[in-house]
Amino acid sequence: MLIVGELINTSRKAISEAVEGKDAQYIQQVAREQLEAGASYIDVNCGNKVFNEVEYMQWLVTTIQEAVQAPLCIDSPNPQALEAGLALAKYGTPMINSITDEGPRFEAILPLVLKYKAKVVALCMDDHGMPETAADRMRVVDSLYRKLTAAGVKDDDIYFDPLVKPVSSVQTAGVEVLETIKLIKQNYPDVHFMCGLSNVSYGLPNRKVLNRLFVAQTMTLGMDGYILNPTDKSMMGVIYAGATLLGKDDYCMGYLKAHRKGIYEE
Amino acid sequence: MSNFEELAEAVYQGDDEAVIMLTKSLVESGAKPMEIVSNGLLVGMDIVAPKFKSGEMFIPEVMMCARALGEGLKIVKPLLSTEDSASVSTFVMGTVKGDLHDIGKNLVVMLLESGGFNVIDIGIDVAPETFVEAIKEHKPQIVGMCALLTTTMMAMQDTIDAITEAGLRDKVKILVGGAPLYPEFAEKIGADGYCVDAVACKEMAAQMVVNK
Repeated sequence: MLIVGELINTSRKAISEAVEGKDAQYIQQVAREQLEAGASYIDVNCGNKVFNEVEYMQWLVTTIQEAVQAPLCIDSPNPQALEAGLALAKYGTPMINSITDEGPRFEAILPLVLKYKAKVVALCMDDHGMPETAADRMRVVDSLYRKLTAAGVKDDDIYFDPLVKPVSSVQTAGVEVLETIKLIKQNYPDVHFMCGLSNVSYGLPNRKVLNRLFVAQTMTLGMDGYILNPTDKSMMGVIYAGATLLGKDDYCMGYLKAHRKGIYEE
Repeated sequence: MSNFEELAEAVYQGDDEAVIMLTKSLVESGAKPMEIVSNGLLVGMDIVAPKFKSGEMFIPEVMMCARALGEGLKIVKPLLSTEDSASVSTFVMGTVKGDLHDIGKNLVVMLLESGGFNVIDIGIDVAPETFVEAIKEHKPQIVGMCALLTTTMMAMQDTIDAITEAGLRDKVKILVGGAPLYPEFAEKIGADGYCVDAVACKEMAAQMVVNK
């Protein structure tokens, strides 16, 4: 299970202030906490700082890597900011979040995927708007898969994000995502998945209950990557338990190790 | 209970069948169309908006109420006199170029309609020129722009520039909103206001119309 820690994002007020005030200590603490809580990647997103994104990205990547030797998920729709982050990322294989099948965005981001031999999150979106159904999503998946592999990206480096919408406004949003995972698994068994799943609960009370259940539901169908808050111990409990129950945890060692480290709660 | 109160209650309950029935019966009994709107339909939504803001009601419930409101408006709108229609403030709303997300915008449109605005929804992925044309055509008091992606935030700047170049900037107030935005950004691109959410947008818009 690949967990991308989502907390270093300037859409969050505390991070925004830390970035503007160049508070390296705070950023480093958030990076460390996420790693200790079980994140495999640390997401770096300063995309809403449109006027200084490149400069902030460089500062963030450097600052984080002074504290942790973790691979980074460089997260921006802006190719210049992605390149700035990727050029400095030095531990493990970097991940790019994200490429889509929107013409100019695909053309701008593909060269970065190839140049940095990066893993890439492929978001199920194209020029035709936001997908509603699983069939809409699969059209984008088919097209992206064809183009990425033709360019030499390995299946193992592709992480499809089925694009999660809120069930509060699109009643079938959850079930269409589940259907999409099933179809991707059938047609492209060697690719991976990534999703920001907390969108699913937007606009509803007790979001954590919905989020945890949606992790269990999506994992059951084969989802193997999430961008989330790894310091949410109840959520991490669902993930470790889920992998164990699905037979993806030899001798339940992942579950037990995480238990001893106090990573999850009942 | 008067019929207006029943109608307001039906809107608040999101009961579209009752709204249709009650609106029709009010029309038949000779109630003025504008009264049906302001004393019935909008009163119902006035209960909804603060409850949504305080966290007592949730998005799906607001959408149900808005649907019910819409059914009532469909019946009454064609009956409004031109004088009535002219007294209603117009709000042009769209998601900026490159942005295909519509959930937030739709919620704003619903709440604004419930606030008594005549909302012209120009859709998603709207080019700056289209905003300019919409302003020329509909002469709104307020223009709202929404961006849900960090990539499309700058399209707001482009749109405001286009409105300025067309000589229309002083004719309208501009409100911006969307997940990645923040107040300093709104200020920097020259918007008149930043809306943290749909309810804030409705409140700011109402304020702007009053202060005009």
